[in-house]
Amino acid sequence: MQEIAGTGQYPTRHPSVPTQFAPGDRVRVRATAPLGHIRTPFYIRGHVGMIERYCGAYPNPEELAQMRDGLPAQPLYRVRFLQSDVWPDYAGRPEDTIDIEIFQHWLERLDEGMVA
Amino acid sequence: MSSPQDLGNYQALTYFQLMEVSLRELLVEKGVVTEDAVNATVEDMRQRGPETGARVVARAWVDAEFKRQLLDNGTRACEALGIDVPALRLVVIENTPQVHNVIVCTLCSCYPRMLLGLPPEWYKSRNYRSRVVHEPRVVLEEFGLRIPAATAIHVHDSTADMRYMVLPMRPAGTEDWDEARLAAIVTRDSMIGVAVPNL
Repeated sequence: MQEIAGTGQYPTRHPSVPTQFAPGDRVRVRATAPLGHIRTPFYIRGHVGMIERYCGAYPNPEELAQMRDGLPAQPLYRVRFLQSDVWPDYAGRPEDTIDIEIFQHWLERLDEGMVA
Repeated sequence: MSSPQDLGNYQALTYFQLMEVSLRELLVEKGVVTEDAVNATVEDMRQRGPETGARVVARAWVDAEFKRQLLDNGTRACEALGIDVPALRLVVIENTPQVHNVIVCTLCSCYPRMLLGLPPEWYKSRNYRSRVVHEPRVVLEEFGLRIPAATAIHVHDSTADMRYMVLPMRPAGTEDWDEARLAAIVTRDSMIGVAVPNL
């Protein structure tokens, strides 16, 4: 797994929210269903994964869709999930994964011992 | 093909075509863009094709240091090759004997257009987008690609600001090939991950 901490793979110059996660951290995607333009797919909400890399901070698309500036920018991560955790009937190999870009405000830290 | 009334080749605009024409004409009328600027952008997009991505792959196959840079920061590596990739934040993922990668955008049709040109129709279809995340092995077999049972599959859902390209494995038997010859076997589909380069 590639480790790019701190500045993000593609640093941007927007005023941004500080990063809360580092590669390897276990996180849960918030299981919530707000209205609007949401870039967090439904199929991954509520699932537990691991931060694969920090991509940089980008204007929040939920705000951009409302014609606002989306600032401060939200840290964006690639989060890696085991397919067998995501789909109860998954028929592939146990180590198959799906990586998804998810903004920080959709992620909750998974404390030690809270492993799903 | 002809209907009872002879309508020639006339076809009414679809809802989205009508919306595009209306919006474009309004933007031109209000001076936000010019007709020439719109045409130039459309022409620029049409001229981009998978040959650019193939060039990047071929270079990575022959130059280990370039490959390292490409996997580290795809955009910077493309720029170092002299490829103009405006607004592209590229993540390149490497196929290995252990892992096969495939890309999708389940929410819409995000695609590395700067390197591969316009996405194929199937890439935008609900069928591909909904199924490749859930049963990638079955979908790849429908493309005629059988992944060895021992190989893991990593799916990459392009949901935000990154764009993805798969770096396929260099086929055996190409050891003495030059870059141009290598680039010719790198197909669009092999850089999406639904095919592999064949000799």
